[in-house]
Amino acid sequence: MAVETLLRRGLYRDSVTLMRLAAALEARPGVARASAVMATPANLRMLAEHGVPAGGTEAGPNDLLIAVEGEDADVLARALDEAAALLEGGDAPAASVAGAAAPPRPRSLAEARDALPEATLALISCPGEYAAAEAAKALRLGLDAMIFSDNVPVGDEVALKREAERRGRVVMGPDCGTAIVGGVPLGFANRVRRGSVGVVGASGTGIQQAACLIDRLGAGISHAIGTGGRDLSREVGGATTLRALAMLAEDEDTGTVVLVSKPPDEAVMRRVLDAAAETGKPVVACFVGAVPPPTLPAGMRFAATLDEAAALAAGVAVAPADIDLPRAAGRNRLVGLFSGGTLCYEAQAVAAPVLGRVLSNAPLDPGDTLDGDPGGAHVMLDLGDDAFTRGRPHPMIDYGPRLERIRDAAAAPDTAAILIDVVLGTGAHEDPAAALAPVIGEFDGPVAIGSVCGTEADPQRLSRQEAALREAGTIVAGSNAQAARIAARIASGEGS
Amino acid sequence: MSGGLLKGAPAVLNLGVGAFAEAIGAAGGSVVDIDWRPPAGGAREAGTELAALVNHPRIEAANREAFGRFLAAEPRVTGIGSAIDVLPGMGARTVLHAGAPVAWEAMCGPMRGAVLGAILFEGWADDLDGALSLAESGAIAFDPCHHHRAVGPMSGITSPSMPMWIVENADGGNAAFSGLNEGLGKVLRFGANRPEVIERLRWMRDGLAGVLARALGEGGPIELKPLIAQALHMGDEAHNRNAAATSLLIKRLVPPALRSGADPESVARAFAFMAGNDHFFINLSMAACKAMLDAARGVPFSSMVTAMARNGVEFGIRTSGTGDRWFTAPAPVVDGLYFSGFGKEDAARDIGDSAITETAGLGGFAMAAAPAIVRFVGGSASEAIAASREMRRITIGENPAFTLPILDFAAAPAGIDARKVADGGVLPIVNTGIAHREAGVGQIGAGITAAPMGCFVQAVRALYRELAAAGEVPAA
Repeated sequence: MAVETLLRRGLYRDSVTLMRLAAALEARPGVARASAVMATPANLRMLAEHGVPAGGTEAGPNDLLIAVEGEDADVLARALDEAAALLEGGDAPAASVAGAAAPPRPRSLAEARDALPEATLALISCPGEYAAAEAAKALRLGLDAMIFSDNVPVGDEVALKREAERRGRVVMGPDCGTAIVGGVPLGFANRVRRGSVGVVGASGTGIQQAACLIDRLGAGISHAIGTGGRDLSREVGGATTLRALAMLAEDEDTGTVVLVSKPPDEAVMRRVLDAAAETGKPVVACFVGAVPPPTLPAGMRFAATLDEAAALAAGVAVAPADIDLPRAAGRNRLVGLFSGGTLCYEAQAVAAPVLGRVLSNAPLDPGDTLDGDPGGAHVMLDLGDDAFTRGRPHPMIDYGPRLERIRDAAAAPDTAAILIDVVLGTGAHEDPAAALAPVIGEFDGPVAIGSVCGTEADPQRLSRQEAALREAGTIVAGSNAQAARIAARIASGEGS
Repeated sequence: MSGGLLKGAPAVLNLGVGAFAEAIGAAGGSVVDIDWRPPAGGAREAGTELAALVNHPRIEAANREAFGRFLAAEPRVTGIGSAIDVLPGMGARTVLHAGAPVAWEAMCGPMRGAVLGAILFEGWADDLDGALSLAESGAIAFDPCHHHRAVGPMSGITSPSMPMWIVENADGGNAAFSGLNEGLGKVLRFGANRPEVIERLRWMRDGLAGVLARALGEGGPIELKPLIAQALHMGDEAHNRNAAATSLLIKRLVPPALRSGADPESVARAFAFMAGNDHFFINLSMAACKAMLDAARGVPFSSMVTAMARNGVEFGIRTSGTGDRWFTAPAPVVDGLYFSGFGKEDAARDIGDSAITETAGLGGFAMAAAPAIVRFVGGSASEAIAASREMRRITIGENPAFTLPILDFAAAPAGIDARKVADGGVLPIVNTGIAHREAGVGQIGAGITAAPMGCFVQAVRALYRELAAAGEVPAA
């Protein structure tokens, strides 16, 4: 028989704790006998009587002594390791009086990481002035970060993305409204079917529209990675887009890649297109409103609109819907009122060739910036713009201000068509059609045209929303681009 | 690591919009929803600096070192000596006080009263008028106890001939000191300075100290960590309840005192005095905590808090990695329970070095050990348990030497990390007595207060500058 001992100086435990500890050690296979005592003279004598050579350890009454006896020294060493661990840990908190209360929610990223050690990603949607610091913490903790918050200075964005690159991590955003990773929706996101199309986008509603249309065409999404609206600017240089393309290139679930953005910086666009070609996968690039580059790398296709991009990605040919256009007699003005920035931009890109000049707070051309009263000009407003949301919830959530503008536009004698988008999904209004229907139902003269960005699996349900809008008299198109085409034709007097 | 984001369903820490966490959970992702508020009390620049310190390898390593030294400390009381003889740097005309440095002009009522009492006790003046002129004359040097390895409860007033407990750390070789406790009622530490107060102090110096010194000489040093651990299992938290520890100390001292050859009448009077004061042990508890925490001082880049102390005007803290600096904010008025006839308007601001016990993981941090006094400090037993758990959020770890029976013998949280306080906004709680704002009235209540955020924000910023100077973070 061998005996191994563990002495912890100055560590006090009561006798009940020590007896339980000894019992736990004795229950281990290969441990013939175990003792755990405070090393008082009486206890040391007792151990000596049992043949435990505690002498020479200079153990005193304030020291805790553990002795285990058995045949195999390795077994005994492991038993003492367990004893040490038990001494550190105390008993596991159990269903005692103290165990009843739920643990409080973590108050910081660092604390939350301790609560969820397998965490991979921080989703940050605090006020923008604090978002960069929280993202920096996430990177320091070895996490990827998605920054939903906006109003983060571009300098902070550049610094964060540089740091992410150094650490082999990804920063999505700032102002990254949506992402879908491994089937999990992040931020404003729709419940889309899983599939083989990977989406990378600098635009939140652009990603949502592309993903929902792909879902509607029967295909599905592997991952959708948001990069933040400024990622393809000259300052940021496409840092996250390039990372995302590299990740999708390696991702086995992704067969086709869709790139979605407003027109990027020229030099950045070339770099991104080269990187997209290097993925070795079919790529559909949709830079909404941009002129297609004269030459495209092999395997890459260019889509002018999001519905075209979705069709190319899903491998489905979509015939233009053939509908009878209603006529808005004596009216010739188009008013678009949007909650999605990219949807507003896409609608302008579709309508402008038909109608000519369209004024906007987020115009295709800076010369078309709306400044004051538009007079008789066509107008499309992005109501999600900071200028409208300051101190108010986003128009996808709060329909009040948009309903007000819809009423005003409908009352104007020259309004022929009012074009709207309706965005469903997590975070959006719980029943947008119910909010819109009473207002649209009162239209006398203008035509309401809209599209719903969503899926059957979304909590608001796509088909229910579309039906309720049609019921109220809205022409509901299958996509935002189609809705814009229809609205432009009505405003140009093409209807009959 | 490229592609790590896309490997499987993400595990998400959600910070901000709660609905996003629900959606992640509904889709089968694992998620923790953070109860977030702006860090560093909303100070944006400080918050940005703090971010650079989170999970910083230099700080993590420094904290392991500092916390390890703290845990390894073995404080033992080895003797009694006069302040002038045992305190490093103590001057012949120096009076020590609690907390961070404070000038005579700025001192609160109880501290001024205690200073005058100490002048009378030392015989530097014949009456209160003389004592006042002397204090105002600038002939007395005032200095924090903490600057001389000492700690004192309430006003903490310590003068050269006062007897001090000598507590030595057998592991680190450092020593800490604290005076002998006078009891409750009209006592110097609350600012009382009438003749009976001075007479009691003189007996403590000329009678009690000798008995204790001989007993310790006869019986040898007393290990304080195991004694405190045992007291925690007997309902003490070693700050506002010391009934068990006082009894345990008396048990350890009586036999050697009787064997020491001291005059039996003196021995009897000494033990009658100790037995009549359930708080007698608090000064030893404080000195033990000071010895453990001083072992952790001076580790470059460590964010571990090594002292929290109040001078009646300001609440001050020190951290291991920022040298001798104090980081201060106005001391709070304690929101507690008051003895009948008194209210908040009578209260002095939070005062005393006794928050050293919380700094070491006792007092408010070990509140779950002391359900018997939770009502005295204005809480319920379940709140006490919650408080001990809450403090684990802001500590580097736990002290396995101190366990809490009602929490299934979980170790008490210890080693406050200034970064964690600033980041999550959970403030260290302090169990405290409340002094009357006028000198000499004494204790008028008790309660729980919290260390102010401002101290920790300053500490974090100072640590950031240390790291910036070493090129470990971007320069501000």
